Amino acid sequence: MSRAGRGGRWLLGALPLLFLAVFFAWPLVAVLDRGLRPDGALDLAGALEVLRRPSTAEVVRFTLWEATLSTALTLAVGLPLAQVLSRHRFRGRGLLQAVLVVPFVLPTVVVAAAWTALLGADGPLPSLARAAGIELDLRHSVAAVVLAHAFFNVAVVVRTVGLVWERLDPSLVDAARTLGASRWRAAAIVEAPLLAPAILASAVITFLFSATSFAVVLILGGPMRATVEVEIWRSATQLLDLQAAAVLSVVQLLAVVALLVVTTAVERRAARSLPQLPVAQRLEAVRGAARWWVGGVLVATALVLGAPLAVLVERSLWLGDGVGYGFGAWQALGGELRDSVLFVPPLEAVATSLRTAAASVVLAVPLGVAAAVALGRRRSPWQEIGLLLPLGASAVTMGFGMLLAFGGPPLAIRGEPWLVPVAHAVVALPFVVRVVLPVVRSVDPAMREAAAVLGATPTRVWLAVDAPVVGRAAAVAAGFAAAISLGEFGATTFLARASHPTVPLLIERLLGQPGAANRSQAMALSVLLAVLVASVVLVVDRWRSSEGGW
Amino acid sequence: MTTTRSTTRRLAALAALALIAAACGGDDAERSGSTTPVDDASDAPVELVLITHDSFALTPDLLDAFTDRTGIDVELLPSGDAGAALNRAILTKDDPEGDVLFGVDSNLLGRALDEELFLPYRSDALAHVDDALEVDDHVTPIDVGDVCLNYDRAWFQDAGLAPPAGLDDLIEPAYRGLTVVEDPASSSPGLAFLLATVARYGDEGWQGWWGALRANDVEVVSGWEDAYYGSFSGGSGEGERPIVVSYASSPAAEVVFATEPLDEAPTAVVTDSCYRQVEYAGILAGTDHEAEAGQLVDFLLSKDVQADIPLQMFVYPVRDDVELPEAFVEHAARIDAPLTLDPAVVAAQRDALVATWGEVVLR
Repeated sequence: MSRAGRGGRWLLGALPLLFLAVFFAWPLVAVLDRGLRPDGALDLAGALEVLRRPSTAEVVRFTLWEATLSTALTLAVGLPLAQVLSRHRFRGRGLLQAVLVVPFVLPTVVVAAAWTALLGADGPLPSLARAAGIELDLRHSVAAVVLAHAFFNVAVVVRTVGLVWERLDPSLVDAARTLGASRWRAAAIVEAPLLAPAILASAVITFLFSATSFAVVLILGGPMRATVEVEIWRSATQLLDLQAAAVLSVVQLLAVVALLVVTTAVERRAARSLPQLPVAQRLEAVRGAARWWVGGVLVATALVLGAPLAVLVERSLWLGDGVGYGFGAWQALGGELRDSVLFVPPLEAVATSLRTAAASVVLAVPLGVAAAVALGRRRSPWQEIGLLLPLGASAVTMGFGMLLAFGGPPLAIRGEPWLVPVAHAVVALPFVVRVVLPVVRSVDPAMREAAAVLGATPTRVWLAVDAPVVGRAAAVAAGFAAAISLGEFGATTFLARASHPTVPLLIERLLGQPGAANRSQAMALSVLLAVLVASVVLVVDRWRSSEGGW
Repeated sequence: MTTTRSTTRRLAALAALALIAAACGGDDAERSGSTTPVDDASDAPVELVLITHDSFALTPDLLDAFTDRTGIDVELLPSGDAGAALNRAILTKDDPEGDVLFGVDSNLLGRALDEELFLPYRSDALAHVDDALEVDDHVTPIDVGDVCLNYDRAWFQDAGLAPPAGLDDLIEPAYRGLTVVEDPASSSPGLAFLLATVARYGDEGWQGWWGALRANDVEVVSGWEDAYYGSFSGGSGEGERPIVVSYASSPAAEVVFATEPLDEAPTAVVTDSCYRQVEYAGILAGTDHEAEAGQLVDFLLSKDVQADIPLQMFVYPVRDDVELPEAFVEHAARIDAPLTLDPAVVAAQRDALVATWGEVVLR
């Protein structure tokens, strides 16, 4: 490779790391330093005391337990759906792919309200169970937490795995079947090993999101159950026990590093270039026995994902006892909600959210793609692990860290409005890397060699061979990055300015006081947020799949 | 070939997107630039940052009038719930995020004073405020609110059961499974209600009462939103339990924020269950604008703001010379004999109380 080419690659790898060093590592070090050296000297005895508390072991155990269950359920729901969406053609397929991302952005309080309506004593599921003679109360249970995590993360599995699946050559399975393998066996021996890296990647993301989940556990898990993240929040914001918060943050980070070390090693071993089609294969029409399979998966999806969303729409139209249904809350969204300083017209919040999302996509996607391309052929896993680390950091720790790090010189940028999209990009960047990396690694080097033999320059080889494939992955990642930004709440509360709240912040403000108008408007605004994210993803999807190409 | 061409097109689109984002960014920079004081003008406008909790509310016109009158721009910085806002201020003490902090309540006051967060200040307007509310010259009382049990009026009417008259009733068999409370470890009304029971039953009795409430099938949830909207059956609540820990003003909020005008609040307050919280403001040590910060505190105690407080924040003003709005007089409960604890006692025992509560109610 030419010297310029090497320099360019070095820059590709260095820029994302530099970004994370400034906006992730520095704040993290600032807050850990404050917590672990309360009086200027390292307080090891105090740190050990936190580690020895029985509650610490308990929250670590619960965190691992619920994240494992959540990941298993998410894979169980997501993989069949990924198969259906990447192999079959049916009406509404594109829309379904977009709607899948919606749960990802919905405020937890709102989702909790929807789940409560479904799982509470009068909900349809417990009512059915009661009819069958079983007393079922799923509120405030591990089951509620795990179900909600699957609801939030199923899109991660479907889209990450689907990206590889839809380009797997179906003739491989056909060949196996010709040789006498059953449909299932053919899938198990031919497709599963090829999909393994993508499945692992999505499982790791799901696990990390479930392990660091905060509001879901706090609200749906009830007061008996705390994850490490909940305990960090409680220590930092309620008890002002910054030492405990810092120690727990270190525990969380070490656990995440350990997980990433293992999974990147496994993934590297499993990674292989795929005998894949250069463009997405033709989708099969749904025929014969496949009808039952596709129909069954879609009905199950509609129940698990559709029911809570339908409840939200219904709740946004419910104006209270004695009033009944109407469009009052929706009409209110067009104007000023309240004559009050912390409220802005909802459409202004929508504009703020969209602007923030666009800015964080523009930051996170190019940096993430650059990182993935630079990492694609690198031997040492440490850079990759470093890039993925923000996935496992606590939002509260990061929020406090940014307040501490950026309060004074050399970087006094604490009040800057652009810090919000930057923080969102920090969260989204590892995600982009995670989605794009398996795809980069799946590009068959033989194709690059063929292009080079035919006389293409390295840049041209990349544009002709890698870019189409990476571009599709980047588009999927962009959809997620936009969704992460549109729904982000934790870090935003630390950084957003009062005059420019995002939609989730405005929803939270509405739910701060009693009243039917507050409740119905919060629900309507949540539905609007859902429509917003579905539209963004739909546009991104169209963009990637339009006319021939990728 | 088509592949390469469409790649180019997409790169162009990406570039366009980047430009749009850059344009948006520029827009923001311009906006924040316009509020930066101009250096060469001697009477440059001062900008103060008022740190608040997320429940802060005020009619925007009042703030504009303050700026017109004094030349002081006020930027608001909502920083989470009252506890989080205070902890944030303590953490950033060396590089304060603002000039004035509003929303330190009586339960948090001890911690704020221990950290020497505030400069001493005494507003002239305190002449119109009950002396009992002035506890320390570093903080100025702004509003008073009560955390109380609320109940669903229709539910009790339909059930033919008398609404609870006080805390004692909650542990009676007739009220089994009817109550939802917030976890004091994660919720400020939850903490206030725990303190109410400590004030009512004393150091010896409160654990016994909670043990009995647990045996009477109390539901504990993490926060007020989940308790009120998720578990409470009254008003805009969507749950099944007719008794909840909320505020004395919640029935008034139900009326004000109804979707159709209501003659009567759908919920009511158990007046014997209320715990009083006073909210204070203080000038943050480290401000460069101490005099202007004092003006801002005066403003929070001004008649106009005090009169605005009830229907914005749903708490009572501290001034005794402002008229309460009609919706408040009619539907909010005025609590004459609230339960209280000494802030110093709260500061000293809070963490231990919460831990013991967890042992009694959750384990």
